[in-house]
Amino acid sequence: MAERWSAGVLQYAEMGYWQPDYEPKPTDVLAAFRVTPQPGVPPEEAGAAVAGESSTATWTVVWTDRLTAYDHYQAKCYRIDPVPGNPEQVMAYIAYDLDLFEEGSIANLSSSIIGNVFGFKALKALRLEDMRIPPHYAKTFQGPAHGIVMEREYLNKYGRPLLGATVKPKLGLSARNYGRVVYEALRGGLDFTKDDENINSQPFMRWRDRFTHCMEAVTKAEAETGEVKGHYMNVTAATMEDMYERADFAKEIGSIVIMVDLTVGYTAIQSMAKWARRNGVLLHLHRAGHSTYTRQKSHGVSFRVIAKWMRLAGVDHIHAGTAVGKLEGDPNSVRGYYETLRCDQADPDPLRGLYFEQDWASTAAVMPVASGGIHAGQMHQLLSLFGDDVILQFGGGTIGHPMGIAAGATANRVALEAMVKARNEGRDIDVEGPDILKSAAGRSPELAAALHTWGDVTFSYESTDTPDLMVTPS
Amino acid sequence: MTTNRMTRVTQGAFSFLPDLTDDEIALQLRYALDNGWAISVEHTDDPRPRNNYWDMWGLPMFDLTDPAGALREIIECRNAHPDRYIRVCAYDASYGRQTTALSFLVNQPK
Repeated sequence: MAERWSAGVLQYAEMGYWQPDYEPKPTDVLAAFRVTPQPGVPPEEAGAAVAGESSTATWTVVWTDRLTAYDHYQAKCYRIDPVPGNPEQVMAYIAYDLDLFEEGSIANLSSSIIGNVFGFKALKALRLEDMRIPPHYAKTFQGPAHGIVMEREYLNKYGRPLLGATVKPKLGLSARNYGRVVYEALRGGLDFTKDDENINSQPFMRWRDRFTHCMEAVTKAEAETGEVKGHYMNVTAATMEDMYERADFAKEIGSIVIMVDLTVGYTAIQSMAKWARRNGVLLHLHRAGHSTYTRQKSHGVSFRVIAKWMRLAGVDHIHAGTAVGKLEGDPNSVRGYYETLRCDQADPDPLRGLYFEQDWASTAAVMPVASGGIHAGQMHQLLSLFGDDVILQFGGGTIGHPMGIAAGATANRVALEAMVKARNEGRDIDVEGPDILKSAAGRSPELAAALHTWGDVTFSYESTDTPDLMVTPS
Repeated sequence: MTTNRMTRVTQGAFSFLPDLTDDEIALQLRYALDNGWAISVEHTDDPRPRNNYWDMWGLPMFDLTDPAGALREIIECRNAHPDRYIRVCAYDASYGRQTTALSFLVNQPK
């Protein structure tokens, strides 16, 4: 025992951060890390180092530990698993006592778990794969401002995915032209239109002008269709004061939804989520920037962790991948993200990259958004992969329609409704999908033109981020 | 129908498709009942986007298991109110949802 406290450098494993006999408590926060140790560093020592550096340890022994109940505050690496097919890596499971974290703070949680440790020299690379947030901690967060159930009641839309489109071109349109795109897309049949992540308040279009023109478009489309419609007003700005000003104005003119980008930071997102619940306005989150740290499998943070944090932080919508579109997303992993956002209870599922069970304890569900290079010809695949609680966003697939924007919107809505109807009738849409679309197109020239233009477009590239376990096709 | 100029209200899950036949309605009712959802019928002459509370055609049919019974109610409502908007709602009372699971129009004034 005395040796443990002699001045100098000790192995982390010997300082109590490697405890293979430890049984995690139901209240512990758990994390799974993919660790690539430097050559010569044993796996247990690498796991212990991650536990140490993400909790109480520093590089040398400090006597001041003895002023604390240190074994309570030390994170414990309790399990090391080999990674199938990759002898360089190990999966390290680490338990953190609840006392290590401030209630209801993603900033505090992430400063611990992904703070210093990712730059640690003894590791070649490190990736946070998943976390279990115990109900005791989940309950300290607000959670989604409204959630899926409330959103549907607010919109008065049930039993089908929602449809949206991002206004294109993303940059350069004047407010009047921008509002034209919104109006055409909404009157043609979409439920939502959206500002893109980098549309904030630039010289070619200032935010207030955009908001007023978009709101005119929304109101006019609602009056013509009898449906509730929305345009995600992006309030992303340099300061919280600016964001509150824009959000307040959006609410004042009657918008049912605002949006922020992930780039504003976790604390700003939590603040906007509180604003959104206080004001009865839906909050859409665009995950701008996430691929810089979520995409590579060996280093960074998995998107399933970001999805979990954002559900706690309190957004109503988040982009979560399409599997079939233009952006990165292995289908199994993407389904895992959707489960993370929508389920109240989730079981571990290695095929979907879910490492832990997760009990959300009635935290409202987040509506996932599928956006990026998807089109009407993929409707059967999208409905089969994601079910009803999803927003399908066809930007180019609406605005690029040869007969115009409203026709593009109508094509998507017809394809969607025909597919939902067929599924409910008991037809196997995975097999019959293309025929169902073809037959719906027989009564809809808009859908016929969409299928003619994009029917064969696919994005078949290999995913960089896939679960370790794969089903072998038989 | 390329555009919508107040000729049709596009509320509900199937308003961009040709009007559902009674046989097609029965298939949707079967789907709802198989999911354990209770069917109800509502009507209004005021389909504003934010008019949630349409007149109820009786109570939700919680104990009903046969789509034919629900279809009869729809037809009776249609006969009584041919010039009103009529919708079918399927309600999911399960824990965590407790909300409408499917809703579609079965009558629009001509």
